[in-house]
Amino acid sequence: MDDGTELLRTPLHGWHVAHGARMVDFAGWSMPVQYHSIVEEHLATRRAVGMFDISHMGRLIIDGPDAGQFLGSLLTRRIDDMTPGQVRYSLVCNEAGGVLDDVLVYQIQLPEGGLSGFGLVVNASNRTKIVSWLNEHRGGLNVGIDDKTAEYAMIAVQGPRAIEVLDAVSDYELTSLRYYHGVMTRVVSFRAFVSRTGYTGEDGCEIICDAADAAIIWARIMERAQEAGGGPVGLAARDTLRLEAGMPLYGHELSEQINPVQAGLSFAVNLRGREFVGREALVAAQADDQQPVRVGLQLDGKRPAREGSVILQADKPVGAVTSGTFSPTFERPIAMGYVKPTAASPGTPLAVDIRGQHHAARVVPMPFYQRGK
Amino acid sequence: MKPEELLFAKTHEWVSIAEQGGAKVATVGISAFAVEALTDLVFIELPKVGSQVKPEQPFCEVESVKAVSDVYAPVAGEVIEVNKSLPDHLETLSSDPFGEGWIAKIKISDESNLAKLMDYKAYQKQCEEEGH
Repeated sequence: MDDGTELLRTPLHGWHVAHGARMVDFAGWSMPVQYHSIVEEHLATRRAVGMFDISHMGRLIIDGPDAGQFLGSLLTRRIDDMTPGQVRYSLVCNEAGGVLDDVLVYQIQLPEGGLSGFGLVVNASNRTKIVSWLNEHRGGLNVGIDDKTAEYAMIAVQGPRAIEVLDAVSDYELTSLRYYHGVMTRVVSFRAFVSRTGYTGEDGCEIICDAADAAIIWARIMERAQEAGGGPVGLAARDTLRLEAGMPLYGHELSEQINPVQAGLSFAVNLRGREFVGREALVAAQADDQQPVRVGLQLDGKRPAREGSVILQADKPVGAVTSGTFSPTFERPIAMGYVKPTAASPGTPLAVDIRGQHHAARVVPMPFYQRGK
Repeated sequence: MKPEELLFAKTHEWVSIAEQGGAKVATVGISAFAVEALTDLVFIELPKVGSQVKPEQPFCEVESVKAVSDVYAPVAGEVIEVNKSLPDHLETLSSDPFGEGWIAKIKISDESNLAKLMDYKAYQKQCEEEGH
């Protein structure tokens, strides 16, 4: 097995290896795909708490007097009304409306007058592309674009017991932190930015801390997570968790050939009174009722559909699967894919071709999984 | 079955050979190492009884949560029996990989591939090399 010699390593790489993780190349990073069982890691997150090293995600700081204007010209979503600490999901599109990346935007303002501006968390696979895109579009604006990925680490703590676990080691009363808001605080006595965000469909937080502090923070939270019935979770279960939660993954449900409207992400597109790259194309996309749209599928039997599996309606191809797995929560195969709009209504009976065999499926509303409130 | 009494293919199938009605019949399964590496198995597509299989060609598919994997025929011949209880009891593959977790029995038509199979000691060495 590749030991990842030439791959980038997160500050937690040593911990993963020491704890038996299977390390794989993910977007040029050596990352833990699983520690033991994907299903156990998945269910631990649903039932208690899972901890994820997501330090491979790109972390950019956009600051300077024109930072807001600059980002506003590139993001599909309005950011000029964001308040300090607020976090928003947005897309970055090209002129044709194709998705270059899906990102989280953080409005950051430190009370002590330090950092002020925006944080941008981007997909590891798109980091270089987005940094170039930002630089190409800065024009004459007074804006700083800094890739801080290597200086910080990022840890997700997710699950019904995540807040309780984190609260015990955090200076800030996290139960009062609103969803999609973040705060600069101390975690295990180290400075860290904690936001109530995640990619699992569970309650929880994501922590951005100095790379040098990450190993201690991780280990301390891990002790408490394990006492609470949880543990570390690899990228494989991160994928099954986000799939159940109906969340798109770049490279699968999102690409430069897909626009946010057909991906069902219109909530993250604000067209009114704004100008941004891709806007005209998205106006057109909103009026296009013929383009394939993203749907959730539930399959009969036990065999999971996989990316690329053809979706059929009355034996005629109507689309393709973009992600598929065996849902550990529902113990049956689920998938996402793009189909013609005439095959997209919930309840529509379809079939999926899996290695030459047609398996019955039907369109179901997403998310597949929604946590109890 | 003890693994020491079995032969192994480099693609992690095990083989047990017995005489049956004047012919050599191979019972085939996948090794404990392979099951451990696959983890979280959810589906098996058994070969069809009566089908002809060729050595080193896929003849069965197993799906884990993460991916589909082929199982390769370790010998040439005809599938004469499959383990019908496996699809509903995939846990048998990990609880008893070299016994109750058998997949299929193949009536051997050509013994020339048998020489390519390894004994358990050689197979263990291969697993050690793959395993880190």
